[in-house]
Amino acid sequence: MHLAYPAVLSALLFCTGLYGVLARRNAILVLMSVELMLNAVNLNLVAFDVWLSRAAADTLHSGQALTLFTIAIAAAEIGIGLAIVLAVYRNRGTSDIDRLRDAAEGPDDAPETDRAAKKAEATA
Amino acid sequence: MSPATAPHGFLSPTGVEIAFVLVGLVTFGAALVTVTTRQLVHAALWLVMALGGLAVEYLLLTAEFIAWVQVLIYVGSVVVLLLFGLMLTRAPIGRSPDADSGNRWAALVVAVAAAAALVWVVVDAFRATWIDLDGTAAGSAKVTGASLFQHWVLPFEALSVLLLAALVGAIALSRKAKADRAAADIPGARSDRPTEGAR
Repeated sequence: MHLAYPAVLSALLFCTGLYGVLARRNAILVLMSVELMLNAVNLNLVAFDVWLSRAAADTLHSGQALTLFTIAIAAAEIGIGLAIVLAVYRNRGTSDIDRLRDAAEGPDDAPETDRAAKKAEATA
Repeated sequence: MSPATAPHGFLSPTGVEIAFVLVGLVTFGAALVTVTTRQLVHAALWLVMALGGLAVEYLLLTAEFIAWVQVLIYVGSVVVLLLFGLMLTRAPIGRSPDADSGNRWAALVVAVAAAAALVWVVVDAFRATWIDLDGTAAGSAKVTGASLFQHWVLPFEALSVLLLAALVGAIALSRKAKADRAAADIPGARSDRPTEGAR
């Protein structure tokens, strides 16, 4: 098989995930796009490992081992990410990334500092 | 795609290549629908199709152990977790008009530029490279297990520690919000003051 087929498919999937991460508003949809990007990397790793499998004594099948590690880390990442999204939803009532602007700097900076000052005052 | 300089024929693709391209088109289409549909639950279900298509691609690349791990972990658990997340955040059933943020055109420009650059570089780099799929499978359970437990034991164990840390972290994140709310409910009026002041 031509190596360009899996490599091109992987590049296209990665860019699809990139578009999703940049364009989506819901945090869970952003997490789905991150999963797409991770899968694109996995496909690349598997394809190159199969390409180099004749030299497996030198490469130690590192592509497939790294793919398994990536899958496990992606599972951990989705668990932590969903826990964070649920905590944010519970506290703020929304999971839209556009509305979580507490750390943003911009024209509406003054009320944020005002609120932070009042909160610090209330807790002090 | 690129002129063949190897003894393989470019215009006479093998059956594996045809199957790979067809499944790849289905996978890419499902991924595109996943990032563009306005129905949140449909996005998760199209993601199942994309991840399943990738599992078939792994099978075509003779990496069968990875393919079944993909089915087990991604299709089996990650998508179920995502669906639970959609339900617990009360995602609207049906079309939600604000699924995309305002910077989608900038995102489209960035993604298309990145895709063009990556595809051009990859095709240019690997135009005369061929994967030899004949012979023994490169990723059967025996081969993968042997390499994993001979050469990759230490990262494997470190990964188990990472999974344990992620488990504890997820539980702590879920519990801490509840404990905070309980602590906020007991004093009552005192925790409500800063939000009223902000109003």
